[in-house]
Amino acid sequence: MTAQNDTLEVSVWRGSGVAGQFETFEVPAQDNQTILDVVSWIQHYADATLTYRFACRVGMCGSCAMMVNGRPRWTCRTHVKKVLNGGKVEIGPLRNLPIIKDLAVDMDPFFDKWVAAGGVHTPSASRADPIPAIDPGDHSRQVASAGIECINCSVCYAACDTVAGNPEYLGPAALQRAWTLYNDAKHEDRTDILAAVSGAGGCHNCHSMGSCTVYCPNDLDPMSAIAGLKRETARGFLRRRK
Amino acid sequence: MRVARVHPLWLAYVLHRVSGLALALFLPLHFWVLSLALTQPERLDAFLNFADQPLVKLAEFGLIFLLAVHIFGGLRLMAMEWLPWSAPQKTLAAGALGVAFVISGTFFLQVV
Repeated sequence: MTAQNDTLEVSVWRGSGVAGQFETFEVPAQDNQTILDVVSWIQHYADATLTYRFACRVGMCGSCAMMVNGRPRWTCRTHVKKVLNGGKVEIGPLRNLPIIKDLAVDMDPFFDKWVAAGGVHTPSASRADPIPAIDPGDHSRQVASAGIECINCSVCYAACDTVAGNPEYLGPAALQRAWTLYNDAKHEDRTDILAAVSGAGGCHNCHSMGSCTVYCPNDLDPMSAIAGLKRETARGFLRRRK
Repeated sequence: MRVARVHPLWLAYVLHRVSGLALALFLPLHFWVLSLALTQPERLDAFLNFADQPLVKLAEFGLIFLLAVHIFGGLRLMAMEWLPWSAPQKTLAAGALGVAFVISGTFFLQVV
């Protein structure tokens, strides 16, 4: 290994709220190293005041998402070698969310919108009722199942230019959740969801730029889910007019 | 902080927007030139002579390109939002459209 390859030049966003700037650190390069390893090394050995968030380290919890070279990623599942650009890498906090400090963002707006889009499940039967039979091969069940692997990491929300331009917009994750519940036979009032997602910040704001689908680390497809909501709200509108 | 967003879906969005805006600027101008046939025929003739220059012909190619891009971009959007097809179905549909376009284009060139 040459001397140049022994260290990485890592730019990390430092600051609270809207004020801040990138600070550069020299980090020892390893053969196997994730971006989360790099951030942890900086906190352990270079600057203990660096603030960031993580939990599981294996791509299950969705708490370590950050902007890596301008692209939102799970840092625990991003190998340094994959994103290194001339020995350099830039790590910032997730876009479109208020920065608490350094690499940690306030996720409240993200989850508030998740609830506003009708994302809380309301069962259609109580525990006293018999369990309704659901055919796993049923079309609407398959549509619902397509979105249930979302772990709310906010990568799609940070990738979305429509969210950046319109802070009222519910965003891809919340709308995909709404589409999942809309197709779930065990959800109580499915027409409520269409009302919740067709308002001012609703699904019709989506310009189908597709960054949510392209960048989703779980290979989910929020863009098509939002298209489904657009379709169903339009159908509902036409039915009412008849 | 710079943002990485250059991927095919995003480029398709930008191309559709930019071509739409350019066509929106072009159309009033187009109708105005057509109206000259009724109001000032000699000015229209002068403009048609001007439009025979190679550089203007090249610009006309750009215009047709914008139209084609916007039409197919619009069809793509409508298909994406209104037809809940699976990925292989979409690939087949795009392939069928491409083959149809090549065959009809070849026929058109032979006719011309």
